[in-house]
Amino acid sequence: MMAIQGHLSLLLVVVPLIMAPIVAILPRARLAWFVALLVAVVCALLAGIQLWNIVNGGAISYELGGWAPPWGIEYRIDAVNAFVALIVAGITALTLPYALLSVEKEIPKQQIPFFYALFLLCLCGLLGITQTGDIFNVFVFLEISALASYGLISLGRHRQALTSAYQYLIMGTIGATFFLIGVGLIYSQTGTLNFADLAERLPAVFEHKTVHTGFAFIVIGVALKLALFPLHLWLPNAYTYAPTVVTIFLAATATKVAVYLMLRILFTIFPDNFVVNTPIFDLFIILGIAGILIASLYAIYQMDIKRLLAYSSVAQIGYMALGIGLASTAGVMATLLHLFNHALMKGALFMAVGAIIYRLGSCRMDNINGLGRVMPWTFGAVIIGGLSLVGIPGTAGFVSKWYLILAALEQQAWISVAVILVGSLLAVVYVGKIIEALYFKAALEANKSIKEAPLLLLLPTWTLALANIYFGLNTELTVGVATSAAQLLIGTIE
Amino acid sequence: MTHNLIPRVVSKLLIPLIILFSLYVQFHGDFGPGGGFQAGVIFSAAIILYALVFGLDVAEKIIPPYILRLIAALGVVLYAGVGLATQLLGGRYLEYGVLGETQVAGQHLGILLVELGVGLTVASVMLIIFFAFAGRGRP
Repeated sequence: MMAIQGHLSLLLVVVPLIMAPIVAILPRARLAWFVALLVAVVCALLAGIQLWNIVNGGAISYELGGWAPPWGIEYRIDAVNAFVALIVAGITALTLPYALLSVEKEIPKQQIPFFYALFLLCLCGLLGITQTGDIFNVFVFLEISALASYGLISLGRHRQALTSAYQYLIMGTIGATFFLIGVGLIYSQTGTLNFADLAERLPAVFEHKTVHTGFAFIVIGVALKLALFPLHLWLPNAYTYAPTVVTIFLAATATKVAVYLMLRILFTIFPDNFVVNTPIFDLFIILGIAGILIASLYAIYQMDIKRLLAYSSVAQIGYMALGIGLASTAGVMATLLHLFNHALMKGALFMAVGAIIYRLGSCRMDNINGLGRVMPWTFGAVIIGGLSLVGIPGTAGFVSKWYLILAALEQQAWISVAVILVGSLLAVVYVGKIIEALYFKAALEANKSIKEAPLLLLLPTWTLALANIYFGLNTELTVGVATSAAQLLIGTIE
Repeated sequence: MTHNLIPRVVSKLLIPLIILFSLYVQFHGDFGPGGGFQAGVIFSAAIILYALVFGLDVAEKIIPPYILRLIAALGVVLYAGVGLATQLLGGRYLEYGVLGETQVAGQHLGILLVELGVGLTVASVMLIIFFAFAGRGRP
């Protein structure tokens, strides 16, 4: 039974990998979409089964090629990985039904099979990061997903898509290089790359300056990938100019996986008495606070809704950083919870924005005046997503902010509590700006003839919007999984 | 075009040798230095040399771009497919031992197939990149 579970966990990575080149050579755009959709659904099912297996049977270990760890590559999956893998695969399975029309509108027909091939490769890389228990393997998957996403972003309709993909390429490569340098330094001191083995061997050498340097390189490399303020500069452009489907996908998954990786490094790999003696947690609190405040302020002044939401993403990453910085079970649990909830709300919001772009061709603030009355369903989803972003009780956003505040109160971190509240108020301002334009401004003459978005775009959008409400009211599942994952990560510190 | 006579003659002599050498590097990779990546690059170098001397259009006639795309995809599928095959035969992913009668024979076959996949993809992707850049600005 154990063996079959391992095979299933491996297939989660292999299925998108093997299908990506097949999708690339398919002759028809719709066929490519259909195969990609099948792959995403299979992955979501596999990820669901995996989480179920782990909740009921404990961690899964799989030796690639039959080489025993720590020499071979080991896939080691516990509640933390399985939770993140399910977020990634689930959001992808919801994004792909949406993709059909949106991609046909935004991408030239002959490039569509390549688009889905890149999409699957990116999925393969992200799932790989969540599955693997080998730090060099993480680097490989990091690059697979990053290279694929550079390609995806550059397919955007505007010329700026190329420059923003290039900007992301430079920043992403610096991040990956830093990560690799750090891994090299750690390897030179311990002679191992396996997570569990590293955790065993690092305590003996953690006073060496090389290990400290390696730690700094790894943390900065991953911080670049997760767009932690002030290393977020690639993110707003990349999200704004990428094709909408890519924005939905990356916003809901890529940074989440990087947050997961950061948690693993801080709490699983490096020994606790080492991490606690570095200023890393204070740094996370300070950068988290700065990110929440500054990025939210930036968001208020954006005229493009996609860009506004991108800055809001940077602010939301600030909340997650804050949760990590609190370095308690409650804090990490709030981070994991926000990981999930943020994927739901940003997924819903970006999908709704995609529907505007589908009908309108742009999503600038001054073009959407009064659209709320002609596209009621689309903007109903915007309102639910927006409320969730603000953190109104009854939405998913409220749950994670609530737990984050509880975690901060537990340590009497009054400043953090205040910042979380101020951040929510700033979110009220920028969400309010969108809603004001949609409902309270006089409708533009040109907008009166616009029709509601097609059903194929609305269904996934509303699935996510309703999920925001469902997980805001029924917190048993998410809080339960997040708590057990946080206990796994932090168990040793307290 | 008479002034190209020397490169034409020399490259006609060299290209078969380069291809032969790439096949040697490919299939001798499990005994000596070499392997799919190196072999793929050497193979594509032969075609690139041909394209430089005889022109892009002629080179694209030898290996049309759509065939290149097919081969590039095929290589990856071959590599990942070997892994799936070992899983179906009861081993772990990419556990070559189960592919043959004995452990050694299985390892041998597995590495040969996987490296062939690498070689196919590398050779064709190198050529795709070359044709993409060399073909810029053509009508």
